[in-house]
Amino acid sequence: MTEQLKMDEVQPRLLDETGQGAITRPMDRPEGALKVSGRATYAAEYKAANMAYGVMVRAAITRGSYTVDEASVKDMEGFLGVWTDHMIRNSAQGTMNTNPVQPGLNIQYFGQPIAVVAAETFEQARHIAHALRIDYTSEEGFEVDPETASQVDESVPVDQGDLDRAMADAAFTVDATYTTKPHNSAPMEPHASLAEWDGERLTLHGSYQMLKYNRNELADSLGMDAANVRILSPYVGGGFGSKLGIAPEAIGAAVAAKALKRPVRCVLARQQVFQMVVRRTETRQRLRLAADADGRLTGVGHDNWQSNLPDEQFAEPVTAATHFLYGGENRRNAQSVARLNRMASGSVRAPGEAVGMLALENAMDELAEATGIDPIELRIRNIPEIHPESGKQYSSRSLAQCLKEGAEAFGWQDRQAPKARREGEWFVGMGVASAARTNILMESKARVTLNPDGTALVETDMTDIGTGTYAILCQIAAEMLGLDPSKVTVMLGDTDLPPASGSGGSWGAASSGSSVFLGAKAIRARLAERLGCAPEALRLQDGVATGGNNRRPLAELMDGPLVEEGHIQPGSKSDEMAQASYGAHFAEVAVNSVTGEVRVRRTLSCMAAGRILNEKTAASQVHGGMVWGIGSALHEGVEHDHRTGHVVNDDLAEYHIPVHLDAPRHDVLFIEERDDHANPVQAKGIGELGISGAGAAVTNAIYNACGVRVRDYPATPDKIFPHL
Amino acid sequence: MRPFDYVRAETTSDALRADGRIIAGGTNLLDLMKLEVETPERLIDVTRLDLREIEAQENSLRIGALVPNSDLAADERVRRDYPVLSRALLAGASGQLRNKATTGGNLMQRTRCPYFYDTAQPCNKREPGTGCQAREGFNRILAILGTSDKCIATHPSDMAVAMRVLDARIEIESPSGETRLLTLDEFYLLPGDTPERETVLEPGELITAVHLPEPPKGRQAYRKVRDRASYAFALVSVGAAVNVEGGKITDAALAFGGLGPRPWRDAGVEEVLIGETPSAAVFDKAADVLLRDARGFGANDFKIPLTRRVLKAVLSELTGVAQ
Ligand SMILES: Cc1cc2nc3c(=O)[nH]c(=O)nc-3n(C[C@H](O)[C@H](O)[C@H](O)COP(=O)(O)OP(=O)(O)OC[C@H]3O[C@@H](n4cnc5c(N)ncnc54)[C@H](O)[C@@H]3O)c2cc1C
Ligand code: SF4
Repeated sequence: MTEQLKMDEVQPRLLDETGQGAITRPMDRPEGALKVSGRATYAAEYKAANMAYGVMVRAAITRGSYTVDEASVKDMEGFLGVWTDHMIRNSAQGTMNTNPVQPGLNIQYFGQPIAVVAAETFEQARHIAHALRIDYTSEEGFEVDPETASQVDESVPVDQGDLDRAMADAAFTVDATYTTKPHNSAPMEPHASLAEWDGERLTLHGSYQMLKYNRNELADSLGMDAANVRILSPYVGGGFGSKLGIAPEAIGAAVAAKALKRPVRCVLARQQVFQMVVRRTETRQRLRLAADADGRLTGVGHDNWQSNLPDEQFAEPVTAATHFLYGGENRRNAQSVARLNRMASGSVRAPGEAVGMLALENAMDELAEATGIDPIELRIRNIPEIHPESGKQYSSRSLAQCLKEGAEAFGWQDRQAPKARREGEWFVGMGVASAARTNILMESKARVTLNPDGTALVETDMTDIGTGTYAILCQIAAEMLGLDPSKVTVMLGDTDLPPASGSGGSWGAASSGSSVFLGAKAIRARLAERLGCAPEALRLQDGVATGGNNRRPLAELMDGPLVEEGHIQPGSKSDEMAQASYGAHFAEVAVNSVTGEVRVRRTLSCMAAGRILNEKTAASQVHGGMVWGIGSALHEGVEHDHRTGHVVNDDLAEYHIPVHLDAPRHDVLFIEERDDHANPVQAKGIGELGISGAGAAVTNAIYNACGVRVRDYPATPDKIFPHL
Repeated sequence: MRPFDYVRAETTSDALRADGRIIAGGTNLLDLMKLEVETPERLIDVTRLDLREIEAQENSLRIGALVPNSDLAADERVRRDYPVLSRALLAGASGQLRNKATTGGNLMQRTRCPYFYDTAQPCNKREPGTGCQAREGFNRILAILGTSDKCIATHPSDMAVAMRVLDARIEIESPSGETRLLTLDEFYLLPGDTPERETVLEPGELITAVHLPEPPKGRQAYRKVRDRASYAFALVSVGAAVNVEGGKITDAALAFGGLGPRPWRDAGVEEVLIGETPSAAVFDKAADVLLRDARGFGANDFKIPLTRRVLKAVLSELTGVAQ
């Protein structure tokens, strides 16, 4: 049986009634011990009998066509073959569900995956891939510079009132341009696939975030029926967007395995993750803020320039939070996407907010400075009654509370004027930024089984990309079925299981959590029936059912396992209400007056994301967000060569992400909240909330410390010391 | 990675006789081999050799070529008498790398120029005559001193900068059984027309030790500016030993990292300082001398003013004179 719910109505807060005490508590992740002891098997660790090794080959020109010269390598030791069939130009975009661009023997950027070689050992395959002769026919006229691109897609998604007029009439204005460099997702685990064929059936052990889409993308890329594809991703070592869509190594492994009639494993080298998956686009952003004498916004303009390959539908939603975070009647956003011969742009860690909120929240800091109003007060003053563009009501929104309680806990009252606080060579300052991330509900299914012995099983093709999915699905089932969480087993990451939302867009926990909730709710209804009480009267706790003056252990109520499927679908609530998670980030930094080096001293985030399903995994998400926020503020930036467009810093030695010393103490506070409009578990997304705005708190703190406004990210020493 | 033979040397003479490429900690060489930037046909593993001692000799210290960077940094005598070396080592790489990295390997590590690492890019150092793609490319971390038309790479070592300050000498054994001692200036070559040749070490020769002479007089410092708090190569680093007596600078030794194709030392800088009363003006003059021929290539232009600032800060710190 399937318990279906389309989210058209506010749902009762059943999880506040159940009383098992499994939900919300900071439970350790059940698979944690496996992971830290090396017993959780990741894609690149599977071995199949008679397995061969595949290595991807990249294009070493920027534009043109090619052929591979198999003869150049066919006598090398271990050589098994080289193939160019079905190659995808870059990873599929998230939720694409079809094949990405397959350019045949054409090259559109330097680094594009153009072939796969296979050999008996990994070392042989890598050597052959290196030795393989490629005959190129280069084409001139490629473009790699966003500032001079000839093909630019322009749009003006929002043009409301008269922003120019508002700027002209304003008591205070900010008109500033900010730039961010491209980012790489940089998951710890590189992309990896092991492909095995059984006749027409393909099984792929991969490292992916959204299996039901990935299955279709893989099948479509290979020209086969998706029903014949099974993907397994029980453990994923981080994705950050780069594993939303099927990636080149999956195609390479599948093509080689089919031709060889042997299993083939293909793992991307770190450099290939930097070159051929997807990057976050660079952005240039112009922010215009118009405010009246009280600092109330009358106009908000946020224009952005970015780039992508031709024929990619994705554009970084830079203004995602700008639409609804602050008021102001006159509004305008324009977007330009330059078409370039550089690696594709796609989703990387909070696409949109991660870079858009750097600029927006810096501009708010500049407005605070201009008006002389405290940055927290200025933000609170500009929280709109209704969505300033759509006129919709907001669902739960604790932004003001996050700002106030965060400020209190952080010691914001000790903040001083720029350059006022000095310790030896170091200027010390504090910064704040709002956090906001749109909340999304996606269709998701899960099967829940309750056994008479008081154990339960949750099955779904949902993934855990290091986020804590195993933990929270376990807790939801345990809470609903009245079991200790240790009695619940969660099986994830297999397309043979009911299809889930996948992990992305911060919708995974609430969407797949709702499906588990619904499956368990259906089991509760059947138990209530057997106990002879109304479902609302049923209490389940520690394996005992109580209701209607009856009290029975589960075993006595059941003659076999109870199996129910939960199925959540987004409904009218998604359109009716403006839904988002909110928060506030605080940072204290020190800036060296000699060198311009920035050292973050401490940070705090106060977050509100509806019901917190697990305080520990939720806080860990926010920690991760702050680390990436520090990275985007201070360190990260892909460098493209200005002649070829290739990625120059393609490893973790030269693409800097924060190390421990860069990311010191981070306190996370949660505001108690329920979002009745979001879904039946009243939770909202938290995964990407942590990064949204975080970097701006850091750069605002730099300004407060030393009086230097860095608008050109990242804030490396060379951008700061010349102004000190 | 190209297939290669592997030989384990049990004695120094084994190592000298075997014809091939020396591998010690492997933290640099293996990375380069995976990328086929380096393609040795045979590796000579020297890690079993008896070169792991730090021995006190008369007024000096002899550091075996296989002493790990972490052990050297932690050595009591080094910390007491040569703190610039200990600090420089700890400013480099990460704890895990320092455990593996050896004294000899650190001296011989190759540039981090990103074009050198990518075999699809022209690079005179990797493939002589193909051109230098970094010069007009992304050269943020590359050199401003000692460059040539052919190459603008830096030597990335922190340890070597400190050794340069300390007038260390590198002990080299050659297959003929001869032993030489070279200063770092004698050891490292400028790129000129042959950037592929980085040192005077001949094929078959082995670094067996580094000798530190008597500790310099006065105070020592190592200051490294980098893009993140740890685990990043120097944008600019300054190693220094300075002595002030009777209000005058009597001794000064300064070396610089991140600026040139070898740990950079310029006697002219020290001449400006010695005999003078320390002051911001004198420090500026020293910076003028150091940077008179400095040349940026765009993305690394900032290193010129940054070096001046760091040099002045280090001199202020060591002489106790406010900037
Ligand atoms: C990510 C990363 C970050 C790093 N950051 C820094 C940093 O911030 N600062 C810094 O200074 N260094 C840094 N390093 C470099 C590190 O210090 C060197 O890799 C290390 O010192 C090399 O020593 P090894 O023993 O591993 O050398 P190997 O890799 O074994 O050898 C390197 C070279 O030295 C030669 N060689 C080794 N021993 C001898 C000998 N006895 N005689 C002759 N030739 C010899 C080898 O043939 C080879 O050419 C970093 C390295 C990495 C990978
Ligand atoms: S700077 Fe030197 S190492 Fe770098 S590309 Fe040029 S020649 Fe090669």
